[in-house]
Amino acid sequence: MPQRNPIRNPFTSSTNAPAAIPSGEQPLPRRPSTSKGNRLAQFFSSPKTKEQQSAQAALRSQINPSISAPSLSLPTISLSTAKAGESNMDEPPTTLFQPPSVAEARRQAKADAQFGPLGNQSHRYVSKQEGEFEEPLMDEAPLYFLLTTYISYLVLIAFGHIRDFFGKRFTPDNYRQLTAANGYAALNSDFDNFYVRRLKLRIDDCFARPTTGVPGRYITLLDRKTDDFNKNYQFTGTTTETLNMSSYNYLGFAQSEGPCADAVEEIVKKYGVSTASPRADIGTSDLTLEVEAQIARFVGKPAAMVFSMGFATNATAFPGLVGKGSLIISDELNHASIRVGARLSGAMINSFKHNDMDALEKLLRESISQGQPRTHRPWKKILVVVEGLYSMEGTMCNLPGLLKLKKRYKFSLFVDEAHSIGALGPRGRGVCDYFNIDPAEIDILMGTLTKSFGANGGYVAAEKHIIDKLRATNAATIYGESPTPPVLMQILSSLKIITGDLVPGQGEERLQRIAFNSRYLRLGLKRLGYIVYGHDDSPIIPIMLYNPAKMPAFSHEMLRRKISVVIVGYPATPLVTSRARFCVSAAHNKDDLDRLLAACDEVGDVLQLKFSTGLAGGADHLPDGVTPEMEKEWQKANGVQAVAKAPRWSLREVIANGVEDVKYQLR
Amino acid sequence: MEFQEAQRFVQQSMHDITSTFQKVPGSAMLIRYIQSSYQNDPVRSAIELILVIFFVRYLLASSYATHSGNFVTLTESEIDDLVEEWTPEPLVAPTTAFEKAESDNLPIIVGPTGPKSRLTNGRTVTNLASYNFYNFVGNEQVKEKAIQTLRTYGVGPCGPPQFYGTQDVHMKTEAAIASCLGTEGCIVYAHAFSTISSVIPAFCKRGDIIVADRAVNYSIRKGFQAARSQVRYYEHNNLEDLERVLQKVIKDQAKKPLTRRFIVTEALSETLGDCVDLPKLIELKQRYKFRLMLDETWSFGVLGRTGRGLTEAQNVDPTQVDMLIGSLAGPLCAGGGFCAGTTDVVDHQRISAASYTYSAALPAMLATTACETLNMLLTTPEILVQCRENIKAMRAQLDPRSDWVHCTSAIDNPVMLLTLKPDVVNSRRLSIEEQERLLQECVDETLANGVLITRLKSMPTAPGSNGKDTEWKLKPALKVCMTTGLSKKEIEKAGITIRHAITKVLTRKSSSKLALPNVV
Ligand SMILES: Cc1ncc(COP(=O)(O)O)c(C=O)c1O
Repeated sequence: MPQRNPIRNPFTSSTNAPAAIPSGEQPLPRRPSTSKGNRLAQFFSSPKTKEQQSAQAALRSQINPSISAPSLSLPTISLSTAKAGESNMDEPPTTLFQPPSVAEARRQAKADAQFGPLGNQSHRYVSKQEGEFEEPLMDEAPLYFLLTTYISYLVLIAFGHIRDFFGKRFTPDNYRQLTAANGYAALNSDFDNFYVRRLKLRIDDCFARPTTGVPGRYITLLDRKTDDFNKNYQFTGTTTETLNMSSYNYLGFAQSEGPCADAVEEIVKKYGVSTASPRADIGTSDLTLEVEAQIARFVGKPAAMVFSMGFATNATAFPGLVGKGSLIISDELNHASIRVGARLSGAMINSFKHNDMDALEKLLRESISQGQPRTHRPWKKILVVVEGLYSMEGTMCNLPGLLKLKKRYKFSLFVDEAHSIGALGPRGRGVCDYFNIDPAEIDILMGTLTKSFGANGGYVAAEKHIIDKLRATNAATIYGESPTPPVLMQILSSLKIITGDLVPGQGEERLQRIAFNSRYLRLGLKRLGYIVYGHDDSPIIPIMLYNPAKMPAFSHEMLRRKISVVIVGYPATPLVTSRARFCVSAAHNKDDLDRLLAACDEVGDVLQLKFSTGLAGGADHLPDGVTPEMEKEWQKANGVQAVAKAPRWSLREVIANGVEDVKYQLR
Repeated sequence: MEFQEAQRFVQQSMHDITSTFQKVPGSAMLIRYIQSSYQNDPVRSAIELILVIFFVRYLLASSYATHSGNFVTLTESEIDDLVEEWTPEPLVAPTTAFEKAESDNLPIIVGPTGPKSRLTNGRTVTNLASYNFYNFVGNEQVKEKAIQTLRTYGVGPCGPPQFYGTQDVHMKTEAAIASCLGTEGCIVYAHAFSTISSVIPAFCKRGDIIVADRAVNYSIRKGFQAARSQVRYYEHNNLEDLERVLQKVIKDQAKKPLTRRFIVTEALSETLGDCVDLPKLIELKQRYKFRLMLDETWSFGVLGRTGRGLTEAQNVDPTQVDMLIGSLAGPLCAGGGFCAGTTDVVDHQRISAASYTYSAALPAMLATTACETLNMLLTTPEILVQCRENIKAMRAQLDPRSDWVHCTSAIDNPVMLLTLKPDVVNSRRLSIEEQERLLQECVDETLANGVLITRLKSMPTAPGSNGKDTEWKLKPALKVCMTTGLSKKEIEKAGITIRHAITKVLTRKSSSKLALPNVV
């Protein structure tokens, strides 16, 4: 295989990094927060005097844009901020200036555990759509693996039934909740519970692992063990710090230090923890309105409203939009919250194959021409609901395709940007930004603040009259709790960092780091030979495992290498395509990803996970002088058959070429 | 082809088919079966034949939902025309005048929420509208704890509980609530309003039966809608009526297979403020073998000597309640909700309650705040006493003294709901909308005099068939919330202001029924 760049050892810093970090259990002595009178004032865009503004500008320019250094720490000089870094490229990030005290070093280590220092300025990329938007090709595992997967499930189910057969006779106590007793029907249905009892329980230790501390670059797990095959766990009292490839911390705002946390502390002191009232009573404060205005500005809509939970946002938004006589057309892979909301609206619901624009068009033609069932009355409205970025597939919605259909078929479009807001686009403003599409073309932009912003809650942004109506008819606004001041401040400060209003440069760095990291990891995994789903720029990277037994095995192997991953199987995915999912964050740096790639390389060999056929990427470099455009002709001219070669790059080659190759179209 | 030849051909093929058929194993048996059954009962054979044909047709039919019955086959150009013609309604209906007035008049607080709050117009008013019963919002100890948590955990947990979103603080809060109630387990949700709407569909499936109080809150109604169970209502807090409905259910279901049966009600009603007789309810539930879901959203942290809720106040063992749902965002001034019950009940929800499984976990700060405030109630029950003193003081100003309104809330309920007296409503023949408008005027008038109160907001019942109850209407009411952040003197003064404002609005010429503006 071709090698371009000199090989260097990527592991120098990654292998020993986690060991040095103190456990999050004992909080370090909190540094006294400075209470400068109007520190909060900078978060409000309310009219300010000229002097104030210029004073603030001066203040801002003093803040070191490097994220790794908390604003109040001693001056540390790290290579990531040094200008002439070229000569140092091949060295792991080191700190030139050692802070004097142990406490200081520990604080720095803690900050780095939440947000990794950027190794090199070249580890950045701008996330945007280039060329024609295409559905990613889906590679498939060899038949052998599909077959063994089915057989595995058969065996699991058969064993489950055998165990149930004897279990129900010999240990009826374990089936207490599944059998009718004393005239009460069983609490759960035996049939529904079978999956949980006989399949999920086997791998239960891979789910809901309790954590402590900040879910940043690293995440600290509480160690637990089980003596009865995952029925009960005992905590050993120890913790393990692992590389966090599982949290939706896209922009790395899960931090307990830095400008966001400082602002949140300030607001708690001033506002307390709660507003203690629903929005429609008196739960609306100046802070809430400011956040709504900023969100609207950020997503490019005239108005927005915030909610205290993303799930409830979807669950309550639909009844205000559609009802009886309306049709909701929903992507088959839409999130549970959308399905709940759609059901509660009373509208008729239809779904189309994931991201398949032809299927959608067919369905639209049929729906419009047939009208409502039985009566054939025309539909009052049709609302097409899609997600910006799908959390299990890593695919983006085909926004250009949807808008083309929208022009013709006049439906309304609802896009759930739960995962895409902040994570996609050159300015982090979601799919519209990514595709360079005017947000005005989409009727409703919904998103959650749980992911990229490190806060909690959701928003809906739309035209002002739509938002006004939604406010008046939304159950969560009228009866639900309103977002709390600390959460609102986290949203506001992280938003201002993304837009560059606060600590200029930092937001951009975060956006470009996640874009680079996403592409780098995806390319690396493809080259190693994994089957990877999703679009190239998506920070959600699912890799296929297929066999059910490989789910816990992969998770355990990764945990042994101190990496936390999420595994997903049936029923959240189709039966055969069990997968592991990596969520890339701006808090990761290249060393972290290299560490993950190394782990995947080893584990992939042990567990036989390198199935890919080369259909969906990971191909070799083209020879010098051949550009991607010329590839087809070159193949023909040289008699190279178009059949792809199964990529099985060595780890060294993957790492040596990755940084350079992510800058071009991934192949 | 000649006739003879054709006949021969038919005979030949018949013969061929029969012989091939006879070679198929089991065919002889089939023929014997058909023959004998035909001799015995030709009608039966005919029915069987129809069944077979139907079955084959069913197998061959591609899809049954969309093309059922009256699918009209159209040509492509006809479809194009229909697409061309179709004009959808606007996505939302225009805002009504009342909605507009509501949103224009929405009070917005500048700065912190407290017993005295500053509004956008610069005025500082006495705040009797927040659920800040014990002034936890302004409590320094609570803030200190929240900041400590912030400095260890950050704000959001960035993931759902099943995927590394469960933090030790969540487990601690769950354990604290479980031990405070004495239940086996407890599960903390990220959103109080969504808690019971998710708990209900997690347990109540198709074919199950729910018997519910007629006045249950909106969140419960949403739960009914999402569940596919059959819902029956009984008169609000009328346990005789409940017994009647239970008996009826038992009678109707006598011949049918046993299904799960639930009674769903609130401890303190959100819409009327009164309190249920729990010992009696438990007795009924046990007699008729129903499970009880008790919504303690408004009573947990309020009733009982230490605020453990209705079970403490009425001396009932909380383990008698199968699912006990409460809020951490209301009286406890933190965030999220919980459901306490047996381990089975709790574990089932962890994988099948939609708003738990598919949503991010509660921010750590809010979890520790809930723990802290709960602990404060348990260790210093004096604050509950003080709150009740204030309630009494306010009540004395309103209920017996006002000619216009009376308080439907229970004695210890810090949310005092004031409805117009029946004779006022009857003599003026006020419709629900007119009452709402009058009460809104009362709210505005009270605010003009420096006291902030609100009114019970109604929601148009959502469409969808399940759990609809057309007979029940929300009773319009004023909502006055007590707080320990004010002295008894201040409370009394505010009470007088409210009473006078109500009197002023109701004796105003323009507010008599005829003079009401006819806003649609
Ligand atoms: C597409 C989508 N919508 C909504 C949500 C719910 O958001 P939250 O976790 O803030 O409740 C999620 C979260 O998992 C999601 O993926």
